[in-house]
Amino acid sequence: MAKSTYYIPVGPIHPALKEPIRVEAEVEGEKIVKVDVKRGFAHRGIEYMGMKRNAIQTLYLSERICGICSISHPYAFVITAEKALGIEAPPRAQYIRTIIAELERIHSHILWLGVIAHEMGFDTLLFWTWKGREKVLDLLEFITGNRINYSMYMIGGARRDLKEKHIRAIKDAIDYYWKFTEHMKEIFLSDPVYKARTRNVAKVSKDIALKLNLVGPIARAAGIRMDVRQDMPYDAYADIDVRAVVPQDIVGEVYGDAYDVTMVRIYEIEQSLDIIEYCVDNLPEGKILAIPNYVALLAKIRRTKGEAIGAHEAPRGEVIHYLKFDGRDGPSVWKVIAPSYNNINSWGPLLIGAEVADIPIVVAYIDPCMCCNDRVAVVKTKDGNELGYTEIRKKCLEKTEKIRRELK
Amino acid sequence: MPTKVMFLILKQLLEKPFTNPFPVKHAPKNVTELIEKVQKGEVQINPPVPVPEGFRGKLHYDPERCIGCRLCIMVCPADAMEWVPELKKIRHYVSRCMFCALCVDVCPGKKFPGEEKAVKALSMSEEFLLADYDKYSDNLIEEPPEAKEKGI
Ligand code: SF4
Ligand code: SF4
Repeated sequence: MAKSTYYIPVGPIHPALKEPIRVEAEVEGEKIVKVDVKRGFAHRGIEYMGMKRNAIQTLYLSERICGICSISHPYAFVITAEKALGIEAPPRAQYIRTIIAELERIHSHILWLGVIAHEMGFDTLLFWTWKGREKVLDLLEFITGNRINYSMYMIGGARRDLKEKHIRAIKDAIDYYWKFTEHMKEIFLSDPVYKARTRNVAKVSKDIALKLNLVGPIARAAGIRMDVRQDMPYDAYADIDVRAVVPQDIVGEVYGDAYDVTMVRIYEIEQSLDIIEYCVDNLPEGKILAIPNYVALLAKIRRTKGEAIGAHEAPRGEVIHYLKFDGRDGPSVWKVIAPSYNNINSWGPLLIGAEVADIPIVVAYIDPCMCCNDRVAVVKTKDGNELGYTEIRKKCLEKTEKIRRELK
Repeated sequence: MPTKVMFLILKQLLEKPFTNPFPVKHAPKNVTELIEKVQKGEVQINPPVPVPEGFRGKLHYDPERCIGCRLCIMVCPADAMEWVPELKKIRHYVSRCMFCALCVDVCPGKKFPGEEKAVKALSMSEEFLLADYDKYSDNLIEEPPEAKEKGI
């Protein structure tokens, strides 16, 4: 029999992917008939490193889990740590934290809009959207001191205050982005080429979304009203009535495809602008750190025992952190769950039956972040068995012994 | 059928580039030649976009103000600070630093006679062009001058 299917490997290093992951597709003509997704190429053992450091160091380590949402992980971390340690951040700090997180959502969503345009081969749009993204990055640099990795949060507050000039700059940027999102709606949502390329591509039904545990804009585009800011409000979100942005509220019908995801993301930028406007107008006065002295903070952590789970709605979905403190100045257990982990699950079902040209869109539409989702690496032996703890430990000891012998 | 995007593309064609062409407008054929020309003053370098106030750039260390309390070592997430026991001062490796400014926050600093408030030994400068071939080059290590003289 003649060979009818071909095997296409994409990744771990591939020009269409910005981060390492492997998608193995079997195609019959143009149709994909079998898919396998392999992950775990970017596992760095960050959680283990965090369990060896003190809590302040770990907080800044958590900022390095992800390169784009550099405030989502610290946000989830501080919320969890504050819950576990019984510290409450002053109201002003809570509002400042919310403003930073929403500014980050704006830049992350605009980044995604550029990336999806790029994956479709629409590079003019990519550069145009990223030109618009510069403004929020400059604003973040002005407020926090750096474009990415803002180093703004601290357990029990925020580290930098918002001054009059910062607030002026924020208001300026809000005006700019109201115009920019209007423009983006016209260019993305009413463009026939964009619509033809995304309508009914990467279509997730509500059932599949629930079954695969999808989170964030992907789940909302499938019509599920879920948003951590709405379901478990924290910080300033508790004062603002945040409602999940779902397509049925915007246009009245749900497709759950890449077009709906685009729509949800653009409308979420507007929602963020509303939230920032509210926070800036109602910014409470007062201090910004519950325990301004870091030495005192570490001493308190050493005295306190407790554990907690906390979540933050990152631009890509919910980030969940678990922390346990028992008598050390840092966490004795730290566990991170990132949204891309759930969302990557959707690749398999979505790619089967799709066409080869849709692979980039399906891969990009969830805005995957590999370094976030690689929390575990599974090592296999030659005959396909998973290596357990005892074997790995034995191998470590053998290796140490070998190095020791060589050094002698 | 003309769409909005087509107008956008046409408009973009007429606009000036948004990016700052740093250090020169076009990638040079020969970098060494360019550097020589710049040194001779034949070519002007286009300055980078200015950084805003409060920017977190390369760490500046003033050993005179350091009291050797080691707080910066305690909080540094990247272990970029090293204790120099002979001098009771610290040495800072810029190549390890992740510019979080935690050490600046905790540094108590020292008050010289006649001054009202203590001045921190550590501060964030505006320098950000730190690329180098050697991670231990002089530009990337901040230490007390005695440490280098005595070779500690
Ligand atoms: S800025 Fe941060 S990483 Fe750099 S030396 Fe200071 S504490 Fe360490
Ligand atoms: S640099 Fe500042 S924090 Fe570090 S040891 Fe000296 S005085 Fe203490």
